[in-house]
Amino acid sequence: MALLSRKGTLFLLFLFSIFLLSASASNGSGEEEEEFWEELLLKPLPDRKVLSHFHFQNEAPLSDSFARHHHLFPKSIAQLVKKFHIKAMELSFTQGRWNYERWGGFDPISSHNAKPPGVELWAVFDVPPHQVDASWKDLTHALSGLFCASINFLESSTTYSAPKWTFQSALGSLRYGTLPREAVCTENLTPWLKLLPCRDKAGLSALMDRPSIYKSFYHSQRLHLTQAKTGADPKNSRVVLEQTLTVVLQPNILTGGTNYVSEAKMQPSWSLSSIFGRKINGRCVLAKSSNVYLQVERGLVTQLENLQSSTATFAANGTNLDDFGRNVGFELSVNPDRVLKEVEKSSSILYEYPIKVHKDSEQFDLGITWKHPVIWSTPHVPLYASRFLMGSGNERGAIAICMKSTESTQELVAANYVDQRCNFQVNVLQIVPWYIKVYYHTLQLFVDEKPQILTDFVERMHVSPSEDKVSPGLMELVLKLPCEVKSAVLNIEFDKGFLHIDEYPPDANQGFDIPSAIISFPDFNAGLQFSDNSLSKTPMLSKLQERSPVISYTEVLLVPLTTPDFSMPYNVITITCTVFALYFGSLLNALRRRVGEEERRLNDKGGKKDALLNRVLGKLSSKFRGRSSVSSQPSSSSSSSLISPKLILRVLLVAGIAVAWQYYS
Amino acid sequence: MAEAKTHNNSNKPRPRILIYLAIQIITHSTIVSVICFIAGIVALLLLPVLAKNTYISENALMPGSATNMLSSHDVAEANKLVKDLTDLKLRSNGSPIESRKLIAQYMLGLDAEVTYHNFYPQLNQFHPLHFFTSPDSSIISKNISCASIGINTVGIIRAPRGDGKEAIVLVTPYNPKKVVLGEALSLGVAYSVFSLLSRVTWLAKDIIWLVADSQYGEYSSVSAWLREYQAPQFHRVVVNSETCNESSTIEGNLYSGFRRAGTIAAALVVKIAEDGNHFDDSLNIYAEASNGQMPNLDLINIVNYLAVHKQHLRIKVSKMWSLLGSKWLNTLGVFWECIGQYARRLNPQWKFGIPANEYVEGTATLASSMYYQGLGVPTGPHGAFRDYQVDAITVEISPKVSPTKMNRHIDFIFRGGRLIEGVVRSINNLLEKFHQSFFLYLLTSPSKFVSVGVYMIPFALLGAPLPIVAASLYMFSSKATPQAPVASEVDFSLESWKWINSAKKVFVIHLWGVAVSLLPYFLCRIPGLTPTNNLTVWGSFAVLSLVILFSMLGYPTSVAVPSEAEKREWANLKSVTLSAIFIGLSLMSVINFATAEIGALLIVPFCLMARPLMLDIQARSMRTLLLATCNLALGFIAFPPCAFLLLKSAFDSSGGYNISDYWNWMESLWAWNSATYLYIGIVHLPCWALCIHILFHPS
Repeated sequence: MALLSRKGTLFLLFLFSIFLLSASASNGSGEEEEEFWEELLLKPLPDRKVLSHFHFQNEAPLSDSFARHHHLFPKSIAQLVKKFHIKAMELSFTQGRWNYERWGGFDPISSHNAKPPGVELWAVFDVPPHQVDASWKDLTHALSGLFCASINFLESSTTYSAPKWTFQSALGSLRYGTLPREAVCTENLTPWLKLLPCRDKAGLSALMDRPSIYKSFYHSQRLHLTQAKTGADPKNSRVVLEQTLTVVLQPNILTGGTNYVSEAKMQPSWSLSSIFGRKINGRCVLAKSSNVYLQVERGLVTQLENLQSSTATFAANGTNLDDFGRNVGFELSVNPDRVLKEVEKSSSILYEYPIKVHKDSEQFDLGITWKHPVIWSTPHVPLYASRFLMGSGNERGAIAICMKSTESTQELVAANYVDQRCNFQVNVLQIVPWYIKVYYHTLQLFVDEKPQILTDFVERMHVSPSEDKVSPGLMELVLKLPCEVKSAVLNIEFDKGFLHIDEYPPDANQGFDIPSAIISFPDFNAGLQFSDNSLSKTPMLSKLQERSPVISYTEVLLVPLTTPDFSMPYNVITITCTVFALYFGSLLNALRRRVGEEERRLNDKGGKKDALLNRVLGKLSSKFRGRSSVSSQPSSSSSSSLISPKLILRVLLVAGIAVAWQYYS
Repeated sequence: MAEAKTHNNSNKPRPRILIYLAIQIITHSTIVSVICFIAGIVALLLLPVLAKNTYISENALMPGSATNMLSSHDVAEANKLVKDLTDLKLRSNGSPIESRKLIAQYMLGLDAEVTYHNFYPQLNQFHPLHFFTSPDSSIISKNISCASIGINTVGIIRAPRGDGKEAIVLVTPYNPKKVVLGEALSLGVAYSVFSLLSRVTWLAKDIIWLVADSQYGEYSSVSAWLREYQAPQFHRVVVNSETCNESSTIEGNLYSGFRRAGTIAAALVVKIAEDGNHFDDSLNIYAEASNGQMPNLDLINIVNYLAVHKQHLRIKVSKMWSLLGSKWLNTLGVFWECIGQYARRLNPQWKFGIPANEYVEGTATLASSMYYQGLGVPTGPHGAFRDYQVDAITVEISPKVSPTKMNRHIDFIFRGGRLIEGVVRSINNLLEKFHQSFFLYLLTSPSKFVSVGVYMIPFALLGAPLPIVAASLYMFSSKATPQAPVASEVDFSLESWKWINSAKKVFVIHLWGVAVSLLPYFLCRIPGLTPTNNLTVWGSFAVLSLVILFSMLGYPTSVAVPSEAEKREWANLKSVTLSAIFIGLSLMSVINFATAEIGALLIVPFCLMARPLMLDIQARSMRTLLLATCNLALGFIAFPPCAFLLLKSAFDSSGGYNISDYWNWMESLWAWNSATYLYIGIVHLPCWALCIHILFHPS
């Protein structure tokens, strides 16, 4: 019996284990949906710098339970999405400024990855409207812990706002906040790398040599979360996690003498090992694909073609730029596997290098050697925006956003020459902290240096004025500007507010930041169109081809506010109070004293006073003698009993007022 | 009656101590005011002894803690720029466009963002309502031609990893029409630093290098640029000539608009003196901006520290040279020294007293510091920055030999460049704006200063007698009024409101002062008047209007026998005048302390002593005659033109004095929007006139 039962349990165990195995097998079929790509895009920039853009993409199906096990997708992010019902989210850490003038702003990379200095976070929540703020607050704390940054300061309602039109995916539950003063360092990069399946041990991320990355001119690490719906079924949606690191590096040049003469400067030749100090040892084995791209911009291609046609020998040979980078301008050290070319004439070229599995013998080291000096310019944003403060002093000032047309708008004019009334849309988002008290009625618009009526150009406007110590001011404008516009200036005045002494941040004398304004151009499309769409699309390529509006950020502004003297508040308070007390005391005394009245009273009191004096003296003497006097005893006790409740009442009143003050202020 | 009084007295409590003191002071006002005045003068003379050594208050500045990175390569390039500029002068007779292009090319070679800034020189005009406002950019004179346009060249280096919120400005005034070697050298010094800063990795603030076109004055070009930077005019006035911009495009630049960096943290104007023949390479610091505003003391301190300890330059601030040789000052110095020695003998802890020669130097520096602050006219292009609350100083390097005779420019550029580099690096270290150290101070030497807490004492002592004497005079006049035996209440109230009459008079005279100070505005409109003519018209108008006013107010003529009430009227008038000058001085001390201090020194003794000459003459004693002469002399000194000429002779030991200088001086005061002009016109002159009126009052 006992034996049988043991057998039975063994059988049951066996069955159970089979069941488990099958379950894991079925899970395994689900895991196939988890995918990871790693890519690197390199691009020479006109001012002899190199843009390197790392792009890691991680996809996983959205699970219902918290306890789901992930193989590639970071569990912390999955939990975040699950817990806070995040529909979309973007977090960026940036150091340095994106130079819109030299590095361009009209291409997908700069449009997506040029971010304001510090931390920028926006998130869209899939929760009822009244829970959005709570979710946002929790999210900021979670992210703060996850990325070792002070994102939790975005929790306060004075730091975030809800813009309506600037972000495409805004569905009413978007929250947006920035921390312009956040310092970005390796301690933010390390947790970011931990989200990658191979971390920085293998694959492209192994290139990230900390000193060379942080020596860069621009450094922006970004984390973008979206939910992609694969089918009609909402259960079937996937979470897409994009992690990008955009770095603008200066390749080491052998300074042979920086000569001022207008002779064109040679572009520096560089290789992966020279800019990062490392080579690629192999791909991350967990990645579905691992590619390195080299992008040659439109302007550069045009210049090279010009150069080619002017050089007779090459023209005779008929070599093409497509011909694996063996052209008159530069030479590539490795032949690309594939060359992607944009559909239009004189368009940018993308060289693709797939990274193979790690082999000890060969390391991937892409290099470019320039043979001829080339000068080109990158495509610019339609309107080059700069923002600055006007006025001086601690009282008032004005913010001006100045937009100047670039060649992109001129192209637009050329394209729409037939159409007489050609307009394009510009969205402006400006968020100001509450202590910058903006007067929205002072908004002025100057188009081509002429003052204009606002309603002629503003299509829609959304203003939510700031509330002291509660919420920041937000202004969203949808402008319709004529295509032939040369310059447009928005000008708005403000008063500088006062802060309570404990609201001042450390280093208050530096001034206070106004976060970047966001200027977006929905009518312009930053995407590139490559010819062979049939081939397998990697995330990078689809990102480059995505039709997305052009977005640019303006500078962060620094407003000096009045600051108290923090070094000696006690001294200042004491001396001021003393002076005031003395002044008002003597003044009141002089004003309400009547000498005649007093004299009359004194005369009346004359007799009484003597008696009182005698009594007091008697009391004192009796005390000295040994409190024999009985007559004085009750009077004193009565007086004390008379005084004490009054005194207590007064003390209580004062204390009550103090408590009420403390409580309500 | 007497018995009752004694009885009353026994009951009467002793008056409150404060009131008792006040009454005592008022009754002994003469002696108190004399003591206060003398103490004020002594305290003023003691200021150089009480000066403290400067120290770097802001720890973040850390001047000189980093080793200089300026390389010989930077300097060689800078030297090449100097050579190119001077060659250009020889070759093409200094075409302004060529030299501007050359500078722009050099800047572009360093990867800087370069723009030209066109401006129209603003003529100095009297804008009576613009005294305390920042200059308005809308005022552009009507007829401007392209030839009169000034063009600043601006280069900006963006800090590689900075957030671009703040900027440091380097200014080198440069006249492209008349290239002199000193200016070319200053460009070289700035270029060497600029070249270094375009490479360094530690930069946190953007660097703006402004080559200010100084053909219409250094100040106007810098202020035009700053106006465009801080308060641009978006609505352009269409100038009749559209073709002015042909020279203002730079090849290789994409964006040709006005460029900005963030909030300006500090500015440094670099100049190189033309004249040589100095004992050693030295450095002059000019810091005074409009209305006696000073940059933060820390800025002067770092320049001083780096120049003395790192570059071994002799550092100088301006001195009143005529005071250096004066005997009485030396005697005073010796006296203080003796007292100091005696004090030290009593207690070695007391650090009182400085050597006599140091005292003399300190006094000369202090006097000039006070004079320039009191004048309210900026001493250089740095003044334009202070109008926008930016700390700025002018650093003028005077080489040992004149630049034209200098054989090694490289060494000189090296030295200057290292100094500027150190200062820029120090400011770059600063996270907050300058706020730690003093803003209100007087310098007694480059490394010694008198802070506001100390230099307020002499002014307070000089000003204190005014209300005391006013009160005592008021009491005297109200007490001495012979009370009618049956004084009705109406009479009594009239008697107590008697000062209103005098106040009316004082008010009217002040209105006259306003009219007189506004007159030059109209005089300027009349073309073709020489300064002397202007002054004559101005003076005659002032005197004429004053005479008319007095006749309208009923100036008591000496022919008629004055009544008793009229006799005492002067006391009332003087009391109100003293109150007026006290209020005026107090207000001025808030706006420009140095002016108030100098003004108090001039007007207070006269005001205190003024009494009708008739009284003194009638008395005919030695004492009264002395008083009368004293009064006359003081009245003469306090007369603004005389005071100006006296100060000028004290300051400038050379040159003859012309009365038209006074007009020019006043013109410069209003052109620079100095509050001193208002003080002279609205406070000093009316009070002086009132005192003169009292002096000739028939009694």
